[in-house]
Amino acid sequence: MTSKINSKADIAKQFMKVIPFSSELSMSLDFIENGFAIISMPYDERFIGDLSTRVLHGGAVSSLLDSCGGAAVMCHPSVPAITSTLDFRIDYMRSATPNHRITAKAECYHVTRSVAFVRATAYDEDESRPVATATGAYTVQKLSDKG
Amino acid sequence: MNSEPSEYSTEHRNLLLQKLISNVPYVSFLGVKFEQKDDDLIVILPFNPKLIGNPALPALHGGVTASFLEITAIFGLSYSSVWKNMNPNFKNSTGINVDQSLQLIPKTIDFTVDYLRSGLPKDAYAKAEVKRAGRRYASVHVEAWQDKRSRLFAQASGHFLMPVSRG
Repeated sequence: MTSKINSKADIAKQFMKVIPFSSELSMSLDFIENGFAIISMPYDERFIGDLSTRVLHGGAVSSLLDSCGGAAVMCHPSVPAITSTLDFRIDYMRSATPNHRITAKAECYHVTRSVAFVRATAYDEDESRPVATATGAYTVQKLSDKG
Repeated sequence: MNSEPSEYSTEHRNLLLQKLISNVPYVSFLGVKFEQKDDDLIVILPFNPKLIGNPALPALHGGVTASFLEITAIFGLSYSSVWKNMNPNFKNSTGINVDQSLQLIPKTIDFTVDYLRSGLPKDAYAKAEVKRAGRRYASVHVEAWQDKRSRLFAQASGHFLMPVSRG
């Protein structure tokens, strides 16, 4: 079982590396195991949403949370490796502090035959106050099923 | 300097639009473009290989789609509600000028994206519809399509905090 989970984590890690948009945002997969994932990305001026405050655009935080949610689904024991997002809701608690690294933590907390459910939270370097929280539903594709 | 507000409006909003774009680096990073059509703002995301999220299909990254729709909602709300109600004359009674108007950007409270089909590796289009713009909060719905306007690949809705117009 352990080797199976490890190989899945390896697949997810490999998959993350070849995702052009995730590499473009310099996302790094910090932890992935058994339905849990942590992905972080550095502050980058190209992703600013308001030059007057230098705060990151919500879309950049959303991209990080969505990627992290997808990684959590992919490494869940009962999900075949590949998934895609069906529905994603993000709540913005506060602005991310400029120059801070952003970290997303996601948990795939329930999986049915066709849907995987995810909760995720994004932080800057102050871990006591979340920047954003998200919930998502992701597809579960059966390997044998073509219909 | 006194022009008819109705004919001045589009020009004025175009100026505000250009100013706002230059204030949001993430818009240029994604390569998002804007097209004014009367009172509507069509937002365009030209395809770029860096926007891919699943190289096997290939399909646009879910975060790209979410970002594109959130940008469309914010700019659409600014365009149709916030700026429209501003006096076109920069030195008006409330003292709003172009630079101050940049601070009048709605802030996202929450945003929900519905992924209807995978984003194909081609140009995408989106349009926001402001369902309600109150004094404090606004509710905005966005639709995004690629080949056909009627064949949506994503839709979203969200709540926004309206900018405070007095300093």
